[in-house]
Amino acid sequence: MSFPLLTATAALPAIGAIATAAVPAARRTAAKWLALTVSLATLVLAGIVFARFEPGGERYQLTESHAWIKDFGVRYELGVDGIGVALLALTALLIPFVILAGWHDADPSPSSQLRSSRGGPNETNPYHWRPTQGFFALILMVEAMVVLSFVATDVFLFYILFEAMLIPMYFLIGGFGDRAHAGSDENAAAQRSYAAVKFLLYNLAGGLIMLAAVIGLYVVAGSFSLSEIAEARADGSLDMATSTERWLFLGFFFAFAVKAPLWPLHTWLPNAMGEATTPVAVLITAVVDKVGTFAMLRFCLQLFPEASKWATPVIIVLALISIVYGALLAVGQRDIKRLIAYASISHFGFIVLGIFAMTSQGQSGATLYMVNHGLSTAALMLVAGFLITRRGSRLIADYGGVQKVAPVLAGTFLIGGLATLSLPGLAPFVSEFLVLVGVFSAYPVAGVVATVGIVLAALYVLVLYQRTMTGPVREGIGGMPDLKVRELAVALPLIALLIFLGVFPKPLTEVVNPAVQHTMQDVQKKDPQPEVEAAK
Amino acid sequence: MENLIALLVAAPLLGAAVLLCGGRRLDRAGHWIGTVLAAASFVIGAVLFTDMLGRGAEDRALHQHLYSWIPVEGFQADVAFQLDQLSMTFVLLITGVGTLIHIYSIGYMEHDERRRRFFGYLNLFLAAMLILVIADNYLLLYVGWEGVGLASYLLIGFWQHKPSAATAAKKAFLVNRVGDMGLSIAIMLMFTTFGTFAFGPVLEATGDTSEGKLTAIGLMLLLAACGKSAQVPLQSWLGDAMEGPTPVSALIHAATMVTAGVYLIVRSGAIFNGAPDAQLAVVVVGAVTLLFGAIVGCAKDDIKKALAGSTMSQIGYMILAAGLGPIGYVFAIMHLVTHGFFKAGLFLGAGSVMHGMNDEVDMRKYGGLRKFMPVTFLTFGLGYLAIIGFPGLSGFFSKDMIIEAAFAKGGTEGWILGSVTLLGAAITAFYMTRVMLLTFFGEKRWQPDAEGHEPHPHESPKSMTIPMIVLAFGSVFAGGFFSIGDRFVHWLEPVTGHDHGHAPVSATTVTAATMVVLVIGVAVAWVMYGRKPVPVVAPRGSLLTRAARRDLLQDDFNHVVLVRGGEHLTRSLVYVDHTLVDGVVNGTAASMGGLSGRLRKLQNGYARSYAVSMFGGAAVLIAATLLMRAV
Repeated sequence: MSFPLLTATAALPAIGAIATAAVPAARRTAAKWLALTVSLATLVLAGIVFARFEPGGERYQLTESHAWIKDFGVRYELGVDGIGVALLALTALLIPFVILAGWHDADPSPSSQLRSSRGGPNETNPYHWRPTQGFFALILMVEAMVVLSFVATDVFLFYILFEAMLIPMYFLIGGFGDRAHAGSDENAAAQRSYAAVKFLLYNLAGGLIMLAAVIGLYVVAGSFSLSEIAEARADGSLDMATSTERWLFLGFFFAFAVKAPLWPLHTWLPNAMGEATTPVAVLITAVVDKVGTFAMLRFCLQLFPEASKWATPVIIVLALISIVYGALLAVGQRDIKRLIAYASISHFGFIVLGIFAMTSQGQSGATLYMVNHGLSTAALMLVAGFLITRRGSRLIADYGGVQKVAPVLAGTFLIGGLATLSLPGLAPFVSEFLVLVGVFSAYPVAGVVATVGIVLAALYVLVLYQRTMTGPVREGIGGMPDLKVRELAVALPLIALLIFLGVFPKPLTEVVNPAVQHTMQDVQKKDPQPEVEAAK
Repeated sequence: MENLIALLVAAPLLGAAVLLCGGRRLDRAGHWIGTVLAAASFVIGAVLFTDMLGRGAEDRALHQHLYSWIPVEGFQADVAFQLDQLSMTFVLLITGVGTLIHIYSIGYMEHDERRRRFFGYLNLFLAAMLILVIADNYLLLYVGWEGVGLASYLLIGFWQHKPSAATAAKKAFLVNRVGDMGLSIAIMLMFTTFGTFAFGPVLEATGDTSEGKLTAIGLMLLLAACGKSAQVPLQSWLGDAMEGPTPVSALIHAATMVTAGVYLIVRSGAIFNGAPDAQLAVVVVGAVTLLFGAIVGCAKDDIKKALAGSTMSQIGYMILAAGLGPIGYVFAIMHLVTHGFFKAGLFLGAGSVMHGMNDEVDMRKYGGLRKFMPVTFLTFGLGYLAIIGFPGLSGFFSKDMIIEAAFAKGGTEGWILGSVTLLGAAITAFYMTRVMLLTFFGEKRWQPDAEGHEPHPHESPKSMTIPMIVLAFGSVFAGGFFSIGDRFVHWLEPVTGHDHGHAPVSATTVTAATMVVLVIGVAVAWVMYGRKPVPVVAPRGSLLTRAARRDLLQDDFNHVVLVRGGEHLTRSLVYVDHTLVDGVVNGTAASMGGLSGRLRKLQNGYARSYAVSMFGGAAVLIAATLLMRAV
């Protein structure tokens, strides 16, 4: 038996999480370094997975399969395809930046230290107790679960992970809030727990409905194995009644649409991203939410191709609403982090649109979009976090003229913003254009409506930049220090990647293309042919 | 030889990277690095040009394929360049004028502490603009297209601490994005129609598709051109763009970037040739803009904004010519090149005046400057004579050709277009004479500024005057040089095609008519501004004047409809999202599972009940599977 590389890639951060949590309270810095080292080692393992993956080979590679709960046919079954490997790489890549950016976010806050030294009642309040070890351990735990969910090919295993990752996320959102809060500490704590519970309930509701569908699937198919079910569907031995397939599809899709999130199930995201610390906000939108869109591609399209096609018109409309609505809401925000959250909703609209366009360009674009959105949002959000930490406010109105005092910060923020508005030359342009072309060739009207998103994206990004970075230096901004070494170590590699993948996306398209062709076969769709076979 | 093409772009791109990432230690040498790399690009261009002249007209085009950019099933986007006569013309114009303006900026930006960054942005602009004109497919062109938009954004907003500059920069980018929507849709249409968006295959296959498709593509390309070239209805950003440093106005907002729309239409000639309706839309846009810009140019007291109106108007001429089809393509480009010389020269002259006048831009506070700035006066004057079409100078040849081509369109359309271009020529003569008289003639009208500093007009340093002299040289001789033996027509014809049309009147008649309107325009301006003293404070003016000062109320319309309307829309949506969407979804959940009640009493220990429900769920699952197995 070969070395279980995929298990190792997921196990390493899980073990690292436990080890980090076990570091004694006084050795806070050691815990941080441990977490960072573990995340970098995981990145190395993910790199090996990426390198060992053969684009032209089997659909699922590096497979592992063990009986788990024999009585119910649940298996611990792993395998990675081109889409999974891209997202696995993204996750492993982002976590070190998340950890590095959040280096001081879980240090004991001055105010809570002050209070606890007086022996006040807050000592027992979990929201004021900032166990550094816990923060980094939870991040690693999320990484482990997300990684495993990208490679799980057993539906039940996937479901367990899909649900289980809510627990560490819940504590990350509710337990470690953003210190830059306008209201009092109590007020902040209340809003934070509201956001955390809202996150939990929305996702839990989705999860429970999915659970029903998972059971239903087992009832119908008698198996949890993705490959077995897909095979049985393909060769006709498993015949699903149209209505059954549709109900099951809806059960799965609902859960993924909450997670993604798709309009009108999106309202938990701005709360969660606003109240959480910026690294956790990045974890939500750039990593965890990708499991939702990933699962649409993997489970909805592969298991329920006919129902997916049946639902396409409605989903496309919802995706278009997400794009335009999310962008307009972003324009109207007064809070930097909520603005970025709404921008993400707009971007998730593009991803869903690309998936359900069911063309090669749309799906390749959607997969690249997941990766590129992760990078661009991480760049923009983390730099925004550095800014917010300096000023202690999330309100756009409290800023102005930052470029005069901190030009490097302003410059990196601008590049993150330009990536968010999909400037050609940066990675998101490639994916956004592919999605647009893919949608346009199947649904011209939808393609045209979606292009409105490119104008609105420019609006919210440039308005944000103008109000925070340009103009006369505002009170409280003067003397603001520029980016420090740790912060540069976060921002610069992300920017380098955005440029590299914008100029040379081939390493990604190479692994994604064959996987997309498999999905296209699953749904039995062919790309629309050009009207005129142009002279080659 | 074709391997040199990529170096054209690489030189300024390297400059941009080095200057923008290099940090303070490059402050002292930054402007030289930028200028040398711009000049290097020009030299490479010149080498390629001499090589091109050595080959026959039909095999002058060079191709360089660098790599496959976005390889996705059924979708082929390459980073590949094509250098033909049309691209070559632009390469020489961009790198030539670009280098001159780099040199000028050394002096102009001498006292700016961020001069290194300024040169970095200028180099970035050159690289993007070169990609735009040598790309061999529309998607790569798009990269250059938005790249110049970015450079323009950065340079208009270069003095970011000024809120007006930051606003103008944002506005330019946004209006351009509306145009970019057009370019995106055009490329998508090409993809679904032809399966490709490379110039060669698309332009060869236009005959195989319906006129409707070509019209749609053409109109979308026109929308893109309107954004980039500041044509009605997307012209509103150009006037505000004058917030940028004057060398930027000269290079980007006069000589090169704003003419990219003309390039796009001429490059896509085969598409427009097959879509008469789209062509009609192009000439209408050109005709409307040429009058619009000219009228606005008459009313502005800000020297740069008057010149910006003029730029809009002159590009209107080019767009109109491009819309005429093969009759006009060559002349559109010829006017583009001569305009590049004289308008860049005029802007540099304006910058030189501002340099000597404490950055004053109000022409009513100039007057009599010819005595203080002889070189500026002379070069600006030659540019002035060129743009109004004084016989023998560049503008005379290139504009006259467009007027003739407009008549040669034939029919009623020809008469209308011809008359509009003649009217435009008269207004051009008027507003340019006005600028000339207000600035260089009459009594001195300058006053101490708010802090009591009296301006001391003086001639600018050599680094600024030499580029002005070189450009003045081009303003005088380029047109004649191009026209002798129809040189320019023969040069471009293999790429764009050429057709003489059927002129209803002789060329001599058209030239004579042009001369008449020229004299009228100059005379009216002299009567109004030359004969009697000019008031320092602008008179109230007629209704038209007041409207023209406000860009013919277009900005007011935008403000009321788009800005205010948009604000209301987003504000109400924020409210709706917060109350309605959130409320309905939560409410539905509540009615289904009592979740809302829990939401309200959310407290610590909630995770416990979550764990319970998880556990419950798993239990149900296990029970169900057991049951099924039993069955």
